Amino acid sequence: MNMDLQTGIRWMELFNEDIQQNKDYLTQLDTPIGDSDHGNNMSRGMDQVIQAIEAESPDSLEALLKLVTSTLLSKVGGASGPLYGSAFMGMLKILKGDNTSSWDKVLRGGLDSIQKRGKAEVGDKTMVDVWAPVVKSLENKQLTHVVIEEAVEATKPLKAKKGRASYVGDRSIGHIDPGAYSSALLFQAMLKSEEK
Amino acid sequence: MKKIMNDPNEIVDEMIEGMIVAHSQLIQRVPETGIIQRRAEKTGKVGIVSGGGSGHEPAHAGFVGEGMLSAAVCGAVFTSPTPDQILEAIKVADEGAGVFLIIKNYSGDIMNFEMAQELAEMEDIEVESIVVDDDVAVEDSIFTQGKRGVAGTIFVHKILGYAAQQGKSIKEIKKLAEELVPNIKSIGLALTGVTTPGASQASFTLGENEIEYGVGIHGEPGYRREKLQPSYDLAEELLTKLAEEFDVTRRFAVIINGLGGTPLMEQYVFTNDVKKLMDKDEWSIDFYKVGNFMTSLEMQGLSLTLLCLEDDFYMEALSAPVETISW
Repeated sequence: MNMDLQTGIRWMELFNEDIQQNKDYLTQLDTPIGDSDHGNNMSRGMDQVIQAIEAESPDSLEALLKLVTSTLLSKVGGASGPLYGSAFMGMLKILKGDNTSSWDKVLRGGLDSIQKRGKAEVGDKTMVDVWAPVVKSLENKQLTHVVIEEAVEATKPLKAKKGRASYVGDRSIGHIDPGAYSSALLFQAMLKSEEK
Repeated sequence: MKKIMNDPNEIVDEMIEGMIVAHSQLIQRVPETGIIQRRAEKTGKVGIVSGGGSGHEPAHAGFVGEGMLSAAVCGAVFTSPTPDQILEAIKVADEGAGVFLIIKNYSGDIMNFEMAQELAEMEDIEVESIVVDDDVAVEDSIFTQGKRGVAGTIFVHKILGYAAQQGKSIKEIKKLAEELVPNIKSIGLALTGVTTPGASQASFTLGENEIEYGVGIHGEPGYRREKLQPSYDLAEELLTKLAEEFDVTRRFAVIINGLGGTPLMEQYVFTNDVKKLMDKDEWSIDFYKVGNFMTSLEMQGLSLTLLCLEDDFYMEALSAPVETISW
């Protein structure tokens, strides 16, 4: 897929809408296995991202990613702040290195950055379990809404090995990971931003 | 839980303002941030920065000053500060010789401090760091992979702060820190749970005559609950656990740390018992510190920290005078 400034802004707007609509559900997912703050944190963070975009009107995709990175880093807090912040920073780094990079390459940079920050592997029941298959499908030009949905569902039977959910161990089995769910919203919004 | 406060959302901000009111000769606030910076002159030495969630006062802002921390970052209650705040603290602490970060081992703190470190490096500030994981009570915890960082962090502040003051390079401080942290071990016990400002209930509750060994400074679960024992027996339990970690024929420095709700009277009773027990087993103690250094809001309880004085420099550093609110 192609990403440019206008699509990027649309992407963030759609992601914000989805986050606000699913705020309570994200918190609900985070309650049995986390500390019930994921919905509030993401809602506050994305609200600030939209405000920042309106206030600063970024003039390039790079400027947009930079703005999203710094806003998420400073406003979200907890673990999701640095993880989502790292994702956008990783994407920004690829784009800065070569601003003609293909979008799947940019997203791969985001995934690498999340894994480096959270030290999580595929199968640890984290957001990586959505990011990894999404990036791979995008590289193969096969990313669809169904791929994303399946990736989220696939976190359900996993036992958490990273993050606060790992503390509850076996009790995490049977629950969707909240970070995986919000990541799915991010990529659903990305697909929708291209469909217009 | 009754608390002396106004709006719980403003509690950290108002606390910082109050600290500045009381100690303006030593510290200042970086405007619009949760950063407390020392007033000492910049002399081109390595800056030392620490921080974390609030609710552990006097850690860390109480240790900002000449000979200890250059700056401390105060996050929300029990919540790591964000990378932009830590980055700002790194910038104000930088005197041109790099900045060294002291991080307690909690997942949120590590991610946020590491991000800040990367951001600072992008701005060409040399940054190194150490993670303190001195609590031997439990492996992995609600907020932690590995062991938690608790009151032993204060020894790290003092010794690295002194090293920086002596003009050691950032690489030398890194090496010193890596050797130092494995020599520090702590363990605590709680008589009560803890209620964060604005929360309707405590993070955990203990029965009227019940205590829990190994509780963390955010109320994380420990390793055993039992009936409250006399101070001497409590000291014996904690010291026995710590003894497993050390060659007890070495020399030691000790911190008896109140968790916020335990009076000094009880801390000194406990100190006396620690001394009796250590004498009995012929430990050699060269240095004591007793008081509230790394608290958990109003939690009743205390922790015991031992530092094995492997290197003569440690004792030199601990004895050196400093200008801080709380050392």
